[in-house]
Amino acid sequence: MEKNYGCCFSNLSSNFPITCFIAFITIILFRVLYVIYRTGKPLSKRAPQQPLSTLIVLGSGGHTAEMINLLLVLQKDRFTPRFYIAAASDNMSLQKVRVLENALADSSGVKGISAEFMQIYRSREVGQSYVTSVWTTLVSMAHALWLMIKIRPQVVLCNGPGTCIPLCVIAFFFKVVGIRWSSIFYVESIARVKRLSLSGLLLYKLRIADQFFVQWPQLQRKYPRAYYVGCLM
Amino acid sequence: MGEAEDGVKRKRVVFVTVGTTCFDALVKVVDSQKVKDELSRRGYTHLLIQMGRGSYLPSKSTGEDGSLAVDYFTFSSSIADHLRSASLVISHAGSGSIFETLKLGKPLIVVVNEDLMDNHQSELAEELAERKHLYCAHPQTLNQTIAGMDLKSLLPYSPGDATPVAKLINKFLGFPED
Repeated sequence: MEKNYGCCFSNLSSNFPITCFIAFITIILFRVLYVIYRTGKPLSKRAPQQPLSTLIVLGSGGHTAEMINLLLVLQKDRFTPRFYIAAASDNMSLQKVRVLENALADSSGVKGISAEFMQIYRSREVGQSYVTSVWTTLVSMAHALWLMIKIRPQVVLCNGPGTCIPLCVIAFFFKVVGIRWSSIFYVESIARVKRLSLSGLLLYKLRIADQFFVQWPQLQRKYPRAYYVGCLM
Repeated sequence: MGEAEDGVKRKRVVFVTVGTTCFDALVKVVDSQKVKDELSRRGYTHLLIQMGRGSYLPSKSTGEDGSLAVDYFTFSSSIADHLRSASLVISHAGSGSIFETLKLGKPLIVVVNEDLMDNHQSELAEELAERKHLYCAHPQTLNQTIAGMDLKSLLPYSPGDATPVAKLINKFLGFPED
Protein backbone atom coordinates (compact mmCIF):
# COMPACT_ATOMS: atom_id res chain seq x y z
CA MET A 1 0.00 0.00 0.00
CA GLU A 2 2.68 2.44 1.04
CA LYS A 3 4.53 1.70 -2.13
CA ASN A 4 1.47 2.71 -4.13
CA TYR A 5 1.16 6.03 -2.29
CA GLY A 6 4.87 6.54 -2.70
CA CYS A 7 4.57 6.01 -6.45
CA CYS A 8 1.63 8.42 -6.56
CA PHE A 9 3.45 11.15 -4.71
CA SER A 10 6.63 10.81 -6.72
CA ASN A 11 4.65 10.96 -9.97
CA LEU A 12 2.92 14.15 -8.84
CA SER A 13 6.07 15.81 -7.60
CA SER A 14 7.92 15.09 -10.84
CA ASN A 15 4.90 16.16 -12.89
CA PHE A 16 4.17 19.33 -10.93
CA PRO A 17 6.83 21.57 -12.51
CA ILE A 18 5.94 20.19 -15.93
CA THR A 19 2.25 20.82 -15.27
CA CYS A 20 3.01 24.37 -14.17
CA PHE A 21 5.12 24.93 -17.24
CA ILE A 22 2.41 23.66 -19.57
CA ALA A 23 -0.21 25.79 -17.78
CA PHE A 24 2.07 28.82 -18.10
CA ILE A 25 2.67 28.26 -21.81
CA THR A 26 -1.07 27.78 -22.40
CA ILE A 27 -1.91 31.02 -20.61
CA ILE A 28 0.68 32.91 -22.66
CA LEU A 29 -0.61 31.34 -25.86
CA PHE A 30 -4.19 32.32 -25.12
CA ARG A 31 -3.04 35.79 -24.16
CA VAL A 32 -1.12 36.13 -27.46
CA LEU A 33 -4.15 34.97 -29.43
CA TYR A 34 -6.31 37.45 -27.53
CA VAL A 35 -3.90 40.31 -28.30
CA ILE A 36 -3.85 39.37 -31.99
CA TYR A 37 -7.65 39.23 -31.94
CA ARG A 38 -7.92 42.67 -30.29
CA THR A 39 -5.22 44.18 -32.54
CA GLY A 40 -6.80 46.37 -35.18
CA LYS A 41 -10.05 46.82 -33.29
CA PRO A 42 -10.72 50.54 -32.73
CA LEU A 43 -10.67 51.85 -29.17
CA SER A 44 -13.81 53.12 -27.49
CA LYS A 45 -14.73 56.80 -27.61
CA ARG A 46 -12.23 59.16 -26.05
CA ALA A 47 -12.46 62.82 -25.12
CA PRO A 48 -9.84 65.10 -26.68
CA GLN A 49 -8.91 66.10 -23.14
CA GLN A 50 -7.58 62.59 -22.55
CA PRO A 51 -4.23 62.68 -24.39
CA LEU A 52 -2.21 59.59 -25.21
CA SER A 53 1.54 59.25 -24.64
CA THR A 54 3.08 58.75 -28.05
CA LEU A 55 6.28 57.15 -29.26
CA ILE A 56 7.49 58.40 -32.63
CA VAL A 57 10.19 56.36 -34.37
CA LEU A 58 12.43 58.32 -36.71
CA GLY A 59 14.67 57.04 -39.51
CA SER A 60 17.35 58.51 -41.74
CA GLY A 61 16.54 60.51 -44.83
CA GLY A 62 13.07 60.26 -46.27
CA HIS A 63 11.61 58.51 -43.22
CA THR A 64 11.88 61.52 -40.93
CA ALA A 65 10.65 63.88 -43.65
CA GLU A 66 7.52 61.77 -44.11
CA MET A 67 6.98 61.48 -40.36
CA ILE A 68 7.22 65.25 -39.96
CA ASN A 69 4.56 65.66 -42.65
CA LEU A 70 2.28 63.45 -40.60
CA LEU A 71 3.09 65.16 -37.30
CA LEU A 72 2.16 68.53 -38.79
CA VAL A 73 -1.45 67.42 -39.18
CA LEU A 74 -1.81 65.59 -35.87
CA GLN A 75 -3.38 67.51 -33.00
CA LYS A 76 -0.51 67.85 -30.57
CA ASP A 77 -2.70 68.18 -27.50
CA ARG A 78 -4.14 64.73 -28.18
CA PHE A 79 -0.75 63.08 -28.64
CA THR A 80 1.25 64.10 -25.62
CA PRO A 81 3.73 63.58 -24.07
CA ARG A 82 5.73 62.76 -27.21
CA PHE A 83 8.82 60.60 -27.19
CA TYR A 84 11.09 60.63 -30.24
CA ILE A 85 13.53 57.79 -30.83
CA ALA A 86 16.15 57.83 -33.57
CA ALA A 87 19.07 55.52 -34.33
CA ALA A 88 22.32 56.36 -32.54
CA SER A 89 24.06 57.09 -35.86
CA ASP A 90 21.32 59.45 -37.03
CA ASN A 91 21.84 63.02 -35.83
CA MET A 92 19.84 64.89 -38.41
CA SER A 93 16.47 63.35 -37.55
CA LEU A 94 16.43 64.49 -33.92
CA GLN A 95 17.59 67.94 -34.98
CA LYS A 96 14.71 68.24 -37.40
CA VAL A 97 12.06 67.27 -34.87
CA ARG A 98 13.58 69.51 -32.20
CA VAL A 99 13.03 72.39 -34.64
CA LEU A 100 9.44 71.24 -35.10
CA GLU A 101 8.81 70.99 -31.35
CA ASN A 102 10.46 74.35 -30.65
CA ALA A 103 8.28 76.03 -33.26
CA LEU A 104 5.26 74.37 -31.68
CA ALA A 105 6.22 75.56 -28.21
CA ASP A 106 6.80 79.10 -29.51
CA SER A 107 3.47 79.29 -31.30
CA SER A 108 1.38 77.80 -28.53
CA GLY A 109 3.13 79.79 -25.81
CA VAL A 110 3.53 76.69 -23.67
CA LYS A 111 6.57 76.85 -21.44
CA GLY A 112 8.85 73.91 -21.96
CA ILE A 113 8.24 71.18 -24.47
CA SER A 114 6.17 68.09 -23.82
CA ALA A 115 8.62 66.06 -25.88
CA GLU A 116 11.67 63.94 -25.16
CA PHE A 117 14.37 62.91 -27.59
CA MET A 118 16.26 59.64 -27.35
CA GLN A 119 18.67 57.54 -29.36
CA ILE A 120 18.76 53.79 -29.70
CA TYR A 121 21.46 51.37 -30.83
CA ARG A 122 20.73 50.10 -34.32
CA SER A 123 19.94 46.43 -34.91
CA ARG A 124 21.95 46.54 -38.11
CA GLU A 125 23.87 49.22 -40.00
CA VAL A 126 23.46 49.41 -43.77
CA GLY A 127 25.80 46.84 -45.31
CA GLN A 128 26.63 45.13 -42.02
CA SER A 129 27.16 41.37 -42.26
CA TYR A 130 24.19 39.30 -41.16
CA VAL A 131 26.38 37.25 -38.81
CA THR A 132 27.43 40.19 -36.63
CA SER A 133 23.89 41.55 -37.00
CA VAL A 134 22.62 38.78 -34.70
CA TRP A 135 24.63 40.18 -31.77
CA THR A 136 23.89 43.83 -32.52
CA THR A 137 20.18 43.01 -32.82
CA LEU A 138 20.23 41.45 -29.34
CA VAL A 139 21.98 44.52 -27.92
CA SER A 140 19.50 46.83 -29.59
CA MET A 141 16.59 44.76 -28.27
CA ALA A 142 17.91 45.07 -24.73
CA HIS A 143 18.29 48.82 -25.22
CA ALA A 144 14.83 49.04 -26.74
CA LEU A 145 13.36 47.18 -23.75
CA TRP A 146 15.05 49.61 -21.38
CA LEU A 147 13.65 52.63 -23.24
CA MET A 148 10.18 51.13 -23.60
CA ILE A 149 9.94 50.33 -19.90
CA LYS A 150 10.64 54.00 -19.22
CA ILE A 151 8.20 55.31 -21.83
CA ARG A 152 5.36 52.74 -21.90
CA PRO A 153 3.64 54.57 -24.76
CA GLN A 154 -0.06 54.31 -25.54
CA VAL A 155 0.49 55.12 -29.22
CA VAL A 156 3.38 54.10 -31.48
CA LEU A 157 3.96 55.85 -34.82
CA CYS A 158 6.51 54.42 -37.20
CA ASN A 159 7.19 54.41 -40.91
CA GLY A 160 9.82 51.92 -41.82
CA PRO A 161 13.34 52.10 -40.47
CA GLY A 162 14.71 48.91 -38.92
CA THR A 163 14.84 50.68 -35.54
CA CYS A 164 11.07 50.33 -35.27
CA ILE A 165 11.06 46.52 -35.21
CA PRO A 166 12.49 45.93 -31.71
CA LEU A 167 10.28 48.74 -30.37
CA CYS A 168 7.10 47.37 -31.96
CA VAL A 169 7.86 43.80 -30.88
CA ILE A 170 8.32 45.01 -27.31
CA ALA A 171 5.09 47.03 -27.51
CA PHE A 172 3.36 43.82 -28.57
CA PHE A 173 5.01 41.97 -25.68
CA PHE A 174 3.77 44.66 -23.27
CA LYS A 175 0.24 44.04 -24.58
CA VAL A 176 0.59 40.30 -24.00
CA VAL A 177 1.87 40.55 -20.43
CA GLY A 178 -0.41 43.45 -19.55
CA ILE A 179 2.25 46.10 -18.92
CA ARG A 180 0.65 48.59 -21.32
CA TRP A 181 -1.91 48.36 -24.10
CA SER A 182 -0.76 50.42 -27.10
CA SER A 183 -2.07 51.22 -30.57
CA ILE A 184 0.63 50.72 -33.19
CA PHE A 185 0.36 52.65 -36.46
CA TYR A 186 2.68 51.91 -39.38
CA VAL A 187 2.92 54.06 -42.52
CA GLU A 188 4.89 52.35 -45.30
CA SER A 189 7.32 54.69 -47.01
CA ILE A 190 6.36 56.53 -50.19
CA ALA A 191 9.35 54.89 -51.85
CA ARG A 192 7.60 51.51 -51.54
CA VAL A 193 5.33 51.24 -54.56
CA LYS A 194 5.13 47.54 -55.41
CA ARG A 195 6.88 45.76 -52.54
CA LEU A 196 6.80 46.27 -48.79
CA SER A 197 9.96 46.95 -46.83
CA LEU A 198 11.21 44.22 -44.48
CA SER A 199 9.88 46.15 -41.46
CA GLY A 200 6.53 46.56 -43.16
CA LEU A 201 6.34 42.91 -44.10
CA LEU A 202 7.07 41.78 -40.54
CA LEU A 203 4.58 44.13 -38.91
CA TYR A 204 1.89 43.25 -41.45
CA LYS A 205 2.32 39.47 -41.49
CA LEU A 206 2.76 39.12 -37.74
CA ARG A 207 -0.28 41.36 -37.21
CA ILE A 208 1.64 43.55 -34.81
CA ALA A 209 0.46 46.86 -36.31
CA ASP A 210 -3.06 47.91 -35.37
CA GLN A 211 -3.37 49.94 -38.56
CA PHE A 212 -1.11 49.59 -41.58
CA PHE A 213 -1.04 52.42 -44.13
CA VAL A 214 0.32 52.31 -47.70
CA GLN A 215 0.79 55.24 -50.07
CA TRP A 216 0.31 53.47 -53.41
CA PRO A 217 -2.72 51.50 -54.64
CA GLN A 218 -0.59 48.61 -55.91
CA LEU A 219 0.35 47.74 -52.32
CA GLN A 220 -3.23 47.91 -51.10
CA ARG A 221 -4.20 45.36 -53.75
CA LYS A 222 -1.41 43.06 -52.63
CA TYR A 223 -2.00 43.54 -48.91
CA PRO A 224 -5.74 43.90 -48.41
CA ARG A 225 -5.61 44.59 -44.68
CA ALA A 226 -3.67 47.78 -45.41
CA TYR A 227 -5.31 51.19 -45.77
CA TYR A 228 -4.47 53.12 -48.95
CA VAL A 229 -4.04 56.77 -47.97
CA GLY A 230 -2.36 58.31 -51.04
CA CYS A 231 0.99 60.09 -51.03
CA LEU A 232 2.06 61.94 -47.90
CA MET A 233 4.78 63.94 -49.67
CA MET B 1 17.08 79.00 -76.85
CA GLY B 2 17.06 81.93 -74.45
CA GLU B 3 19.48 84.27 -76.19
CA ALA B 4 19.16 87.86 -75.11
CA GLU B 5 19.32 90.65 -77.68
CA ASP B 6 23.05 91.17 -77.37
CA GLY B 7 23.61 87.53 -78.35
CA VAL B 8 24.72 86.41 -74.90
CA LYS B 9 23.13 83.14 -73.81
CA ARG B 10 20.88 83.39 -70.76
CA LYS B 11 22.24 81.46 -67.79
CA ARG B 12 20.58 78.05 -67.60
CA VAL B 13 21.91 75.84 -64.83
CA VAL B 14 21.79 72.07 -64.66
CA PHE B 15 22.00 71.00 -61.02
CA VAL B 16 23.10 67.44 -60.29
CA THR B 17 22.56 66.01 -56.79
CA VAL B 18 23.37 62.66 -55.18
CA GLY B 19 22.09 63.58 -51.72
CA THR B 20 24.05 62.03 -48.86
CA THR B 21 25.05 59.02 -50.96
CA CYS B 22 28.06 58.02 -53.04
CA PHE B 23 27.09 57.81 -56.69
CA ASP B 24 30.31 58.05 -58.69
CA ALA B 25 28.69 56.48 -61.77
CA LEU B 26 26.35 59.44 -62.12
CA VAL B 27 29.00 62.08 -61.47
CA LYS B 28 31.32 60.41 -63.99
CA VAL B 29 28.74 60.20 -66.74
CA VAL B 30 27.55 63.77 -66.19
CA ASP B 31 31.19 64.88 -66.40
CA SER B 32 31.67 63.00 -69.69
CA GLN B 33 32.13 65.00 -72.88
CA LYS B 34 29.15 63.34 -74.55
CA VAL B 35 26.72 64.44 -71.86
CA LYS B 36 28.23 67.91 -71.49
CA ASP B 37 27.98 68.42 -75.26
CA GLU B 38 24.39 67.24 -75.25
CA LEU B 39 23.50 69.64 -72.41
CA SER B 40 25.15 72.50 -74.31
CA ARG B 41 23.26 71.53 -77.43
CA ARG B 42 20.00 71.73 -75.48
CA GLY B 43 20.81 75.25 -74.36
CA TYR B 44 22.24 74.83 -70.88
CA THR B 45 25.17 77.01 -69.88
CA HIS B 46 26.20 75.86 -66.42
CA LEU B 47 26.60 72.49 -64.73
CA LEU B 48 26.72 72.37 -60.93
CA ILE B 49 27.36 69.00 -59.32
CA GLN B 50 26.68 68.14 -55.68
CA MET B 51 28.79 65.00 -55.39
CA GLY B 52 28.13 63.86 -51.81
CA ARG B 53 30.37 61.09 -50.49
CA GLY B 54 31.71 60.19 -53.93
CA SER B 55 35.41 59.91 -54.69
CA TYR B 56 35.38 60.85 -58.39
CA LEU B 57 36.21 64.53 -58.86
CA PRO B 58 34.76 66.25 -61.94
CA SER B 59 36.87 68.70 -63.90
CA LYS B 60 35.97 72.31 -63.25
CA SER B 61 35.58 74.64 -66.20
CA THR B 62 34.84 78.34 -66.50
CA GLY B 63 33.07 77.89 -69.81
CA GLU B 64 34.79 80.93 -71.27
CA ASP B 65 35.32 79.11 -74.53
CA GLY B 66 31.56 78.71 -74.95
CA SER B 67 31.50 75.23 -73.53
CA LEU B 68 29.53 74.25 -70.43
CA ALA B 69 30.77 75.89 -67.22
CA VAL B 70 31.30 73.14 -64.64
CA ASP B 71 31.59 73.40 -60.86
CA TYR B 72 31.05 71.01 -57.96
CA PHE B 73 30.81 70.72 -54.19
CA THR B 74 30.30 67.84 -51.75
CA PHE B 75 27.52 68.84 -49.36
CA SER B 76 25.45 71.81 -48.40
CA SER B 77 23.08 72.22 -45.46
CA SER B 78 20.25 72.95 -47.84
CA ILE B 79 20.15 72.44 -51.58
CA ALA B 80 16.85 74.32 -51.86
CA ASP B 81 18.53 77.45 -53.26
CA HIS B 82 20.45 75.43 -55.85
CA LEU B 83 17.25 73.67 -56.86
CA ARG B 84 15.43 76.97 -57.16
CA SER B 85 18.01 78.51 -59.48
CA ALA B 86 18.25 75.43 -61.71
CA SER B 87 16.59 75.01 -65.08
CA LEU B 88 17.05 71.24 -64.99
CA VAL B 89 17.74 68.90 -62.09
CA ILE B 90 19.43 65.52 -62.44
CA SER B 91 19.11 63.60 -59.20
CA HIS B 92 19.74 60.23 -57.59
CA ALA B 93 16.58 58.30 -56.78
CA GLY B 94 16.26 59.28 -53.12
CA SER B 95 12.70 60.21 -52.22
CA GLY B 96 13.79 63.35 -50.36
CA SER B 97 15.59 64.81 -53.40
CA ILE B 98 12.81 63.77 -55.75
CA PHE B 99 9.96 65.36 -53.81
CA GLU B 100 11.89 68.49 -52.88
CA THR B 101 12.52 69.05 -56.61
CA LEU B 102 8.98 68.20 -57.74
CA LYS B 103 7.48 70.53 -55.14
CA LEU B 104 9.53 73.39 -56.60
CA GLY B 105 8.13 72.56 -60.03
CA LYS B 106 11.54 71.94 -61.59
CA PRO B 107 12.07 69.54 -64.53
CA LEU B 108 13.73 66.44 -63.18
CA ILE B 109 15.68 63.47 -64.52
CA VAL B 110 16.10 60.77 -61.89
CA VAL B 111 19.08 58.46 -62.36
CA VAL B 112 18.86 55.08 -60.69
CA ASN B 113 21.98 53.74 -58.96
CA GLU B 114 22.37 50.16 -60.14
CA ASP B 115 25.10 49.45 -57.59
CA LEU B 116 22.67 49.64 -54.69
CA MET B 117 21.55 46.31 -53.30
CA ASP B 118 17.81 45.72 -53.24
CA ASN B 119 17.10 48.69 -55.44
CA HIS B 120 13.71 49.67 -54.09
CA GLN B 121 14.44 53.28 -54.98
CA SER B 122 13.89 52.53 -58.66
CA GLU B 123 10.23 51.63 -57.95
CA LEU B 124 9.45 55.20 -56.96
CA ALA B 125 11.35 56.74 -59.88
CA GLU B 126 9.68 54.41 -62.39
CA GLU B 127 6.20 55.00 -60.98
CA LEU B 128 6.59 58.79 -61.10
CA ALA B 129 8.06 58.52 -64.63
CA GLU B 130 5.04 56.47 -65.69
CA ARG B 131 2.83 59.22 -64.32
CA LYS B 132 4.90 61.68 -66.37
CA HIS B 133 6.16 63.74 -63.44
CA LEU B 134 9.83 63.19 -64.33
CA TYR B 135 12.20 61.30 -66.60
CA CYS B 136 13.91 58.17 -65.33
CA ALA B 137 17.28 56.93 -66.57
CA HIS B 138 20.32 54.80 -65.78
CA PRO B 139 23.85 56.22 -65.94
CA GLN B 140 24.37 54.58 -69.37
CA THR B 141 21.10 55.90 -70.78
CA LEU B 142 21.36 59.45 -69.43
CA ASN B 143 22.71 60.81 -72.70
CA GLN B 144 19.77 59.52 -74.75
CA THR B 145 17.33 60.77 -72.14
CA ILE B 146 18.74 64.28 -72.30
CA ALA B 147 18.77 64.20 -76.10
CA GLY B 148 15.18 63.03 -76.37
CA MET B 149 13.50 64.79 -73.45
CA ASP B 150 10.53 67.10 -73.94
CA LEU B 151 10.26 68.99 -70.67
CA LYS B 152 6.97 70.62 -71.67
CA SER B 153 5.36 67.20 -71.67
CA LEU B 154 6.05 66.68 -67.96
CA LEU B 155 3.03 66.98 -65.69
CA PRO B 156 3.21 69.08 -62.52
CA TYR B 157 3.18 67.15 -59.24
CA SER B 158 0.56 68.13 -56.67
CA PRO B 159 1.94 67.88 -53.12
CA GLY B 160 0.69 65.02 -51.00
CA ASP B 161 -1.57 65.22 -48.00
CA ALA B 162 -1.19 63.52 -44.65
CA THR B 163 -4.69 64.37 -43.38
CA PRO B 164 -6.29 61.05 -44.47
CA VAL B 165 -3.82 59.22 -42.22
CA ALA B 166 -4.40 61.61 -39.32
CA LYS B 167 -8.18 61.17 -39.67
CA LEU B 168 -7.92 57.38 -39.60
CA ILE B 169 -5.59 57.42 -36.59
CA ASN B 170 -7.89 59.76 -34.65
CA LYS B 171 -10.93 57.66 -35.52
CA PHE B 172 -9.22 54.46 -34.40
CA LEU B 173 -8.24 55.99 -31.06
CA GLY B 174 -11.79 57.13 -30.43
CA PHE B 175 -11.15 60.86 -30.69
CA PRO B 176 -14.06 62.93 -32.01
CA GLU B 177 -13.91 64.16 -35.61
CA ASP B 178 -12.88 67.78 -36.03
